Amino acid sequence: MANEKPKNEKRKGNARRRRPAFQMRISTKYAPRKVADGQPLSCIKNTSLTPDQMLDLFRYLKLTRLVEERIVNLYRQTKVVGGVFRSLGQEATAVGSAYALRSDDFITPIIRDLGSVFVKGIRPRQIFAQYMAKAWGPSGGKDLNVHFGELDKGFLGPISHLGDMIPVMTGILLAARMQQKNIVGLAYIGDGGASTGAFFEGVNFAAVQKLPLITIAEYNRYAYSTPTNLQTAVRNLAEKAAAFGIPGYIVDGNDVIACYEVTRQAVDYARSGRGAVLIEAKTYRRKGHAEHDDQRYVPEGEIEWWEKHNDPIDRFEKFLLDEKVATKERLDQIAADVMHEIDEDCEWAESSPMPEAEVAAHGVFDNSIVPPAFRPKILEN
Amino acid sequence: MSTALKKEHKLERPPRGGMSTLVEAIRQGIWEEMERDPTVFCIGEDVGAYGGAFKVTDGLIDRFGKERVIDTPISEAAIVGAACGAGLMGMKPVAEFQFIDFISCGFDLLTNYAAKCRYRWGANIPAVFRGPCGSGVRSGPFHSLNAESFFLNTAGLKIVEPATAYDAKGLIKAAIRDPDPVLYFEHKKLYRLPRLREELPEDDYIVEIGKARTAREGRDVSIITFGAQVLTALDAAEELEKEGLDVEVIDLRTLAPLDKEAILASVKKTSRVMILHEASLTGGIGGEISAIISQEAFEWLDAPVVRLASIDTPVPYSPPLEDYYLPQVKDVLDAARKLASY
Repeated sequence: MANEKPKNEKRKGNARRRRPAFQMRISTKYAPRKVADGQPLSCIKNTSLTPDQMLDLFRYLKLTRLVEERIVNLYRQTKVVGGVFRSLGQEATAVGSAYALRSDDFITPIIRDLGSVFVKGIRPRQIFAQYMAKAWGPSGGKDLNVHFGELDKGFLGPISHLGDMIPVMTGILLAARMQQKNIVGLAYIGDGGASTGAFFEGVNFAAVQKLPLITIAEYNRYAYSTPTNLQTAVRNLAEKAAAFGIPGYIVDGNDVIACYEVTRQAVDYARSGRGAVLIEAKTYRRKGHAEHDDQRYVPEGEIEWWEKHNDPIDRFEKFLLDEKVATKERLDQIAADVMHEIDEDCEWAESSPMPEAEVAAHGVFDNSIVPPAFRPKILEN
Repeated sequence: MSTALKKEHKLERPPRGGMSTLVEAIRQGIWEEMERDPTVFCIGEDVGAYGGAFKVTDGLIDRFGKERVIDTPISEAAIVGAACGAGLMGMKPVAEFQFIDFISCGFDLLTNYAAKCRYRWGANIPAVFRGPCGSGVRSGPFHSLNAESFFLNTAGLKIVEPATAYDAKGLIKAAIRDPDPVLYFEHKKLYRLPRLREELPEDDYIVEIGKARTAREGRDVSIITFGAQVLTALDAAEELEKEGLDVEVIDLRTLAPLDKEAILASVKKTSRVMILHEASLTGGIGGEISAIISQEAFEWLDAPVVRLASIDTPVPYSPPLEDYYLPQVKDVLDAARKLASY
């Protein structure tokens, strides 16, 4: 009988089964660094990225910002149906992190991660058509902006209910493991979305199952109008990793190279079977929740400070020039090429018809089994 | 020794067909689908080694392993979300709610994600969400729910609830093979009811989703019902037969999409209709069926459509209270007599 064994032997037996003592594992290697006043910020220099890859990153950053600016123009021309959501000032987080994935890996962004959607191969024309509720958009006019998916590209669009996509991504990874696919999943969430129950349930389940889920929590200081101190009592969102028993990282979300490097490290960790990771990206939301939001809740001068001193594209441009990765002319050429693509894609999207009204009745179920939900004829017989 | 705590017997593979209770029929159905199709898997709380709170998944983990019979944390949002994600990857999850009352914790992902994916961007989620529902077993306000009317107003979810062992097996197999999300409600009072034991066919069969069944043919009054109330209706019908009243009982089997054709055919046959269900009256499925009948078969009616349901309270615990809450055979008898003499 076990209880008749000498005490020390029993203790030894238990010790083998015990989990390692708790350690708060938060890496701050890529966290924002203070610089001397007046010194403009750049990006971290220690990187495995090739010059071509860096220019690719620059292209995605420019593409994200310029596409959003074009959407705002379309909005002012009343061509957009509904609201416009910007990622101004936080493009580096989405672009840098998604760039660390393989093409068969999955992302599920939130509304401020348009850059990651482009990195996954979605074209600007699809986004323009979505914003204008056109028939040629990937949802055919049934849903908004990035609310769609292309599973063969590893892109899973979000829904408005924040946090919900984290358990869904956990399911993607659970299935991938059953199908013996060695892919990782990257789910984005904000400082507001990290307050939801679905976030906790999803990350917890992934952690228990040791699934390769990388959650990027973007600390952009506002959830609609609510500041982060009314959202959570932790100082850093990465501290929430301790609740799941997974490692946490803090990264400078406005340094595209740091975002790439930290995600690459997390991807290696997750893909090797060690489980889930939580990355917190420190950034700043320079626009309101949506285009209509006048940001009256933001202290005076705050937005201007970030615009002037901590813009992710300015920082990366400075890095590329300082490190002589590219000349100013080369960067301008990339921006011009991006603009050309945007013009072409926008024209395509504008030329799309609006959807036929009766399309609304189709596709609730497989219509070969359940007929479309046509408007019923009233008192016909 | 810890082995002393282990199950004394490992449950063998269930027989194909044979005499079965309703719970055994569901287990057979899931087992056969998991053997037939490697993409089918089970996920839920305590579904693995324990075999589920009501033993619907008993023995599955021994046969199919913990990769395909997944025990989860107490996280219904994670269960539904993970089933959705796996469904998008081409898997066919069978997700269990330990009691259907806890479906409220997964409500958001069911109604906003599972139900809307195909419509929004054409991606179907072939998942089954199942669990024990129903009152009459003295389980109180949190283990007795009938949840169908929470979901009837959400486009994109099919809802089924069997009342016989044959249908239980045929419907679970149809639900697993269905390309869209299906809520599969199992009335816990019926699980092991000796009266429902029946000989199941050996061959593979399904019961088509969307088709009602005539549980009893009759000419005078129609009772439209489903789940455990089918038995209440049949018991009442037997009593009424002695009085010369010929009652028809329609077992809906599928609650969404409703088999309007079968409902209207019975109305046109008897012209006197009672809708009987176990969930509370107000906002229940009876209102919807009644509206369909009055709009589409008004001139066939000889009496007002009668709804008989539980009272508008939570499900109470103590037997006298729960019996008052639920519609009883006596209530059906009274209502049917009034309908017949209207």
